[in-house]
Amino acid sequence: MSSTIAVNTSSAIGNAAAADTTVPVRIAVKNLNFYYGDFRSLKDISIDFYDRQVTALIGPSGCGKSTLLRTFNRIYSLYPEQRADGQILLDGQNVLSPSVDVNELRARVGMVFQKPTPFPMSIYDNIAFGIRLYEKLPKSELDGRVEEALRKAALWDEVKDKLRQSGMGLSGGQQQRLCIARTIAQRPEVILLDEPTSALDPISTGKIEELIEQLRSEFTIVIVTHNMQQAARISQFTAFMYLGELIEFGPTTKMFMNPSKKQTQDYITGRFG
Amino acid sequence: MAVVSDKVSMSNMQIIRRRTSPVFDQGFRWASYGSALIVLAVLAGIIGTMVHGGWPAFKEFGFGFVTSSIWNVGADQYGAWVAIAGTLTSALIALVIGVPISIGIAIFLTQLCPSWLRRPVSTVIELLAAVPSIIYGMWGLFVFAPLFAKYVQVPLSNIVEGMPIIGTVLYARVPSGVGMMTAGIILAIMIIPFIASITRDMLDQIPTVLRESAYGIGCTTWEVVRHVLLPQAGVSIIGAIMLGLGRALGETMAVTFVIGNANRLSLSLFDPSSTIASRIANEFNEAAGLQMNALLALGCILFVVTFIVLALARLLISRVKTH
Amino acid sequence: MDTVLYNPAATVTAPAPWGRVRRSRYVADRALKVICTLFTLLGAFVLGWILLMLVVEGIGGLSPAVFTETTPGPGTAGGGIANAIVGSLILTVLGIVAATPIGVLAGTYLAEYGKTSMLATIIRFVNDILLAAPSILIGLFVYMLMVQPMGGYSGWAGGVALAIIAVPVIVRSTEDMLRLVPSSLREAGAALGAPMSTVIMKISWKAARAGMVTGVILATARIAGETAPLLFTALNNNFWFSPTLMGGVSNLPVTIYQFALAPYENWRELAWAGALIITLSILALSVVARLLLKKDKVR
Repeated sequence: MSSTIAVNTSSAIGNAAAADTTVPVRIAVKNLNFYYGDFRSLKDISIDFYDRQVTALIGPSGCGKSTLLRTFNRIYSLYPEQRADGQILLDGQNVLSPSVDVNELRARVGMVFQKPTPFPMSIYDNIAFGIRLYEKLPKSELDGRVEEALRKAALWDEVKDKLRQSGMGLSGGQQQRLCIARTIAQRPEVILLDEPTSALDPISTGKIEELIEQLRSEFTIVIVTHNMQQAARISQFTAFMYLGELIEFGPTTKMFMNPSKKQTQDYITGRFG
Repeated sequence: MAVVSDKVSMSNMQIIRRRTSPVFDQGFRWASYGSALIVLAVLAGIIGTMVHGGWPAFKEFGFGFVTSSIWNVGADQYGAWVAIAGTLTSALIALVIGVPISIGIAIFLTQLCPSWLRRPVSTVIELLAAVPSIIYGMWGLFVFAPLFAKYVQVPLSNIVEGMPIIGTVLYARVPSGVGMMTAGIILAIMIIPFIASITRDMLDQIPTVLRESAYGIGCTTWEVVRHVLLPQAGVSIIGAIMLGLGRALGETMAVTFVIGNANRLSLSLFDPSSTIASRIANEFNEAAGLQMNALLALGCILFVVTFIVLALARLLISRVKTH
Repeated sequence: MDTVLYNPAATVTAPAPWGRVRRSRYVADRALKVICTLFTLLGAFVLGWILLMLVVEGIGGLSPAVFTETTPGPGTAGGGIANAIVGSLILTVLGIVAATPIGVLAGTYLAEYGKTSMLATIIRFVNDILLAAPSILIGLFVYMLMVQPMGGYSGWAGGVALAIIAVPVIVRSTEDMLRLVPSSLREAGAALGAPMSTVIMKISWKAARAGMVTGVILATARIAGETAPLLFTALNNNFWFSPTLMGGVSNLPVTIYQFALAPYENWRELAWAGALIITLSILALSVVARLLLKKDKVR
């Protein structure tokens, strides 16, 4: 396992700047088990997520892909009957350790959900709220950060004249980009996306996919998707999960062209799931 | 097979048809229509009675009925101001004390409480609403008031005596424990279950994913509640508070026990006072002539005020429910 | 074609920016949790305190005489509250018997016939206001409606006043419960050719039965403890009331009100005994109503 994987990436998804450089691991998951009460829904998962790469988690519904995602920022801990054991090392530190401050963890590991969730406040405050939690900035600097986040989320041009209006007034696709902007405004290291386009129309989906491609230069991204074409389009790595187990993990091109497990082959070709 | 089952359902239909005549069907419809109209008739009847019964008093005293604070049965002079001020002040005290507690309870039930404890705690809070008003009155008068006099009124009066404003408002000339403040506190307890349970329902209706995404950017529970959940529940919580206000304005028996039933205006919250409802309860049975008209006029004022408050409450709560 | 090397042996070890959280945020969060918990405990504590008070003060006065003898006159020793208990039962039953058909039919109108029509919307609105309207005003209304024209207090007036309080409770719960019945059930009934009244009585009511019964029980609990509307209608009475229910009819709430504030020791003792009896009965009814609904939900 200590060997280095060399991957040829086509220029469509390639990252020219990364040529001939070593890409280190950002999140290392080791022997992760997850329980809903007595039910064990993740079984001994070990997987690495590479720095500033998009990793897609795929598999039939109920396979545990969302559960895995929800362990990285410990959002599951809102529910007392859910627990995880094992290790999730973010930059070498185990985020499951009780000494880790969950709130701070969640600022470092941002999450975007299936449905757009604008907060009941103005567009500006939707972004500024998360920044203010962790940084005390003068007004001008805060304005700059809000603009930067909205620009990165490709939303600035659409909302710059109505920053004081409620975020609820935006369209679904805009709301979802607002949520992405809200997440990146905090300057996290990792962004978790839980089926972010499943509630959106194809045009909005396309915009979000483009956005993910651009964000990759700055953030390590993990995306759960039930749409295999989407996984193929936007990710560099793909993990296939089934019944709480990690079946296969590898570079996306290899997973889709030449999977080594039969189950992966069957799922990708649509034979089940 | 298909033919047989068709026959069966055909015969079922005929049985139903034979049993229910169209006359009964129409009769049932009219009965339910009529019953619904009774609800309207009751409201109209209450308004009509109050206006008709109170009219002579309004005519006799004009607008001065509302502004005058003289209530003198011997001289047949009646003014509503003391009772109106007492009603508003006691209800306001109830809100100031009751609203934070109610919202705190709702937050506890929806955000902090372990799930196995939720139902029992909810039931306990709701049972507070089932305790009869008169029992609150007895508790207030016989248990709470003496303690309140001894441990709050006496020490506090000693401290504030002679101070400007606060030395008047919080000074008890006779530290008996009964008075405006005690009435407000008892009312606060009585409206808590109503405000708390509506607020709880509103917080429950907020989608989980919104709550998770607030936690997802690193909010503490307090920040999630303060910046996301409460604003999201928004006007419906104000509606819940208005409903509590409506209840506090019209509450009778508990207030009658503890407010002291004084007829004069006092600036001190520890002095006895009276409310519209307590005055009606105390005087109506012995009243005749203009006094009875004045009491009905008081009832009319109470009805108008509570109607407006409750109508607002209802509009605010339903606006959120529908969207 | 570029070659990228992915190296599982290497991990990012950038200096982690931990410790960005301000202390004040945690103080506020802790404070919220402590305060909310304390407020809830306070609510439970007050209920417990009231019950304890009733038991401590009331249990001493509970003797067989309470249930067999009538209320004593001023300065008379002993006595019970049998007439008040029976009177209260009669008034409550009168109220609920009058209110149930009206409330159920009106709730049925809102859920099955009126639905979103203008009239139904107005009635729903008015009903919600009556639900929280001051009960003493209902007492005044019935006084003017019945007591004055009939020339005196009566149990009938008391029953009507209680019914007016119970109707909105039953209307609301009936409508809410009927709305929970899936419309596919009604359609299935209508598809068999059943007329609307049959569909409602045989299908909707049956499906919503537990919830509707709960509503009636809660309405009973509500009116059983009402004092204010009885003050000017049934009044009270220290003797066995007339079987025609004309004249004052003794009842528990008003008896408690008058006796609790009286200067006679035995009166006060009876007031406490009555308070214990009435509160326990009402709380028991409320709990039963809740359990009934819970059982139905589980099923």
